[in-house]
Amino acid sequence: MKIFKGQGTADLGKPWRFEEDGLTVTRGCAWSPPGCHPTGCGIKTYVNSNGELVRVEGDENHPITNGRLCVRCLTIRDYVYNPDRVLYPMKRAREDRGKNKWERITWDEAYDTIAEKVKYFKDKYGAESILVMGGTGREGGPMLPAYAHACLGTPNACYTQSGYSCYIPRVAGTTYVMGATYPEMDYAGGLPGRYDDPMFKLPELIVFWGKEPLPSNGDGLFGHAAIDMMRRGSKLMSIDPRVNWVSTRADWHLRLRPGTDAALGMAMLNVIIEEDLYDHDFVDKWCYGFDQLAERVKTMPAEKAAEICGLDAGEIREAARVYAAAKPAQIAWGLAIDQKSNGVQAGHCIMALEAITGNIDVPGGQLIGDVNDGLELGFGWNNLGPELQSKILGIKEYPAYVGLVLNAQCDMVLDALEAGDDAKYYPFKMGVFEDTNFLAGTCAAQPKRWHDAMVKNLEWCFGIDVWMTPTIQATCEIFLPLSSTVEHDTVVYTHYGASPIMAGAVNKSITVGDCKGDCEIFYELGLRCMPINFEKYKDYYDFLADYRLAYKRTFEELREEVVHQKTEMCGYYKYESGRLRPDGMPGFNTPTGRVELYSTMFRQFGEDPLPYYEEPQFSPVSTPDKMEEYPFVLTTGARTYCYFHSEGKQIPYLREMNPDPLIEINPEDALKHGIADGQWVEVASPFGKCVLKAKVSQIVKPGVVHAQHGFWFPEKDPEEPSLYEVWRSNINERIPHFMVGKLGFGAPFKCLICSVKPVSENYDTDMMEVWDHFGKLVI
Amino acid sequence: MTAYGLLIDYEFCTGCQSCEVACKEIHNIPVGQWGIRVLDDGPWECSDGKFNWNKIPTPTRLCDLCVERTDKGQQPFCVHHCLAGVMQWGTVEDLAKELEEKPNQVLFVPKPYQY
Ligand code: SF4
Ligand code: SF4
Ligand code: SF4
Repeated sequence: MKIFKGQGTADLGKPWRFEEDGLTVTRGCAWSPPGCHPTGCGIKTYVNSNGELVRVEGDENHPITNGRLCVRCLTIRDYVYNPDRVLYPMKRAREDRGKNKWERITWDEAYDTIAEKVKYFKDKYGAESILVMGGTGREGGPMLPAYAHACLGTPNACYTQSGYSCYIPRVAGTTYVMGATYPEMDYAGGLPGRYDDPMFKLPELIVFWGKEPLPSNGDGLFGHAAIDMMRRGSKLMSIDPRVNWVSTRADWHLRLRPGTDAALGMAMLNVIIEEDLYDHDFVDKWCYGFDQLAERVKTMPAEKAAEICGLDAGEIREAARVYAAAKPAQIAWGLAIDQKSNGVQAGHCIMALEAITGNIDVPGGQLIGDVNDGLELGFGWNNLGPELQSKILGIKEYPAYVGLVLNAQCDMVLDALEAGDDAKYYPFKMGVFEDTNFLAGTCAAQPKRWHDAMVKNLEWCFGIDVWMTPTIQATCEIFLPLSSTVEHDTVVYTHYGASPIMAGAVNKSITVGDCKGDCEIFYELGLRCMPINFEKYKDYYDFLADYRLAYKRTFEELREEVVHQKTEMCGYYKYESGRLRPDGMPGFNTPTGRVELYSTMFRQFGEDPLPYYEEPQFSPVSTPDKMEEYPFVLTTGARTYCYFHSEGKQIPYLREMNPDPLIEINPEDALKHGIADGQWVEVASPFGKCVLKAKVSQIVKPGVVHAQHGFWFPEKDPEEPSLYEVWRSNINERIPHFMVGKLGFGAPFKCLICSVKPVSENYDTDMMEVWDHFGKLVI
Repeated sequence: MTAYGLLIDYEFCTGCQSCEVACKEIHNIPVGQWGIRVLDDGPWECSDGKFNWNKIPTPTRLCDLCVERTDKGQQPFCVHHCLAGVMQWGTVEDLAKELEEKPNQVLFVPKPYQY
């Protein structure tokens, strides 16, 4: 079966390892590094008799990716043999923070020192004084709570992005409202016959709402599956302020004002209810609070939403009708929904849309995981004991956040870090950076404030990464080098295991330096610091089989299978069969057993149980007095193919695709403000300034600009105060701290205001400088 | 002699640039040079309010049609990795038939570069 005509077929049916032209070929799935969400694309590595990686190629045997690879895995050789990569553990004295004065050590010395420090800080200040900070999507991302609780024994894990503005606001919504994690759009990923499988139904309509999964592959959704489905006849609707490429292939494109999604969602619900376009049977049997929802959304007629969102009322009505009529229809709702303090309500609207149109857990609709399939969450949490558990920062103030993700509320963490010994509850003394470079304007608002507070108040830190980053350079005493996805054995699971799609073997084929994978470091360090959680395992592979495969198969079995499609877990209408609830009863895993259009859990947390709209804190409506000084609505952080947030800047072929941080500005605005295409501009918000390079384009509407995130310049001065010039173009420095929603979620990363002024300086990247630094591979 | 070409469905070419980078990898082409390049036309608004935006991957004079691979029954490196699956390699005769079947495609018949 071919998914597309140009698909490779030469190696179909080959085993997980084979020989070809004197090279050993290993089939496996990729996760990270290089940075990626758990997409697990099929990859073949070609290794010569000296153990050197000669090339990689996409694996045509993979049922979802069929040989296709994005540029990040295509350049993996330039990544693993990059001269800038750190290949050995290193240490440095605290007084040398910010200086490039590292000294190579052994893993044993590194582990011993860390274990000793963990003990010291636990004894002296209590385990809660240890703060473990992590990043997104890479293998270490979802391991963050476990790194804190199971491996080091502190309750305080912290994803540092203000309001946890990534994924978790969505997951919180879905957990409380429908008792499941994020319901992925169904692209037949777990079905053996894929799009032609008899169980599957091609969606009539795909809606991308604040999501562009083609470059991002968010949460492991292979974004180009949408293209596969569109080529088979699915229609597309795009809800996005920007004209991204895929929106030009949409039949309907709603270019709403950034941050107004909840108003649009309410209005669409109102149209569908008023015009009686909803699925009565599903609403009667499986929804709770329909009448209250209907009452509430009446307050948002299409005309009112049109005014708020900057759309036509007719456009909104048509979108609602088209969505309600399409059977099945699926909505992929993305990060943009998380990045505002009103995002949980926008998400609630989207879930209500999916529910009242009967698109939940139907073929071609929204996929929900089987309750028996999920991996155990909260590894190591119970062994902390009630006293330490109660100390996790923010549990009293933000129980809906802290209790759900077992993370300290991150805005409170920054406040505590800045207060040092005067912190409200207790001071943080030791810091851990686990796969995160958040100072580079990725997952933190106000990174310079984080920097200053951590450098001053954290007594001892270690970091885990592939490269020296500005974050580790500024703060750490020990560096642990991470291996790439072709250098270690582990397991990748689509959607962190939550969707019935696949588990893939990340198969080791080469060794570079003395690096280790996230899971391996976690296991080995855990054995030393918290043996209670790890002693039960025979070895690393035993641990892996439990942690990632729930002992359903061993790693060795998966290795040979390479990709295991979870056919046995596929199945629709699970609310009828009792496969959504641990008690086996029909219904959803919520207090009422139904999809809660009126959320009893939100009510319990003191939040409004029904969706409502709230203006962004800074906008032409809420701060008209500021618009003269800051005339643009600022949105940030759209993904590119070449980078995973701050990662990839050292790979010449990737850097060449997007050498400098861009800000998109409409041609009308550019003319008005005297800005030429390619000119550098100063971008200022009420919270500070940075320089970016103007891209004059109709991608954005007049009055809106979009800025790229995550830039640093690894070819520049590594030491303080430059830190690879990390502050020069750092758009996140322009995002405010602690402007989050009632439950602690969501910050205005995608709906702020700014000014844009041309400058005469030119900061263009010299690609030859990049090539000289990073082009000569070390093999 | 049979002529070979690359057929690209630019209605669904997403501009992911995997073709560009795959080609550079397999042929070791330095920065600043390309064997195929994704040309970018758009977005610009038409009078009917819709936007035109086409990405047109265009083989350059450095494209050798991956003859070493195709001789072994493999797809050219760009075709193999194309994320949207919109590239096809084959004889001009076969590809011309494909061209007839669907609009918004383009057929390139580069003269193979000698590496
Ligand atoms: S999406 Fe992720 S796993 Fe797939 S090719 Fe790209 S970087 Fe690799
Ligand atoms: S056919 Fe080969 S040489 Fe030509 S563009 Fe594709 S990868 Fe490059
Ligand atoms: S790889 Fe395919 S989809 Fe990507 S730019 Fe090239 S032709 Fe277009």
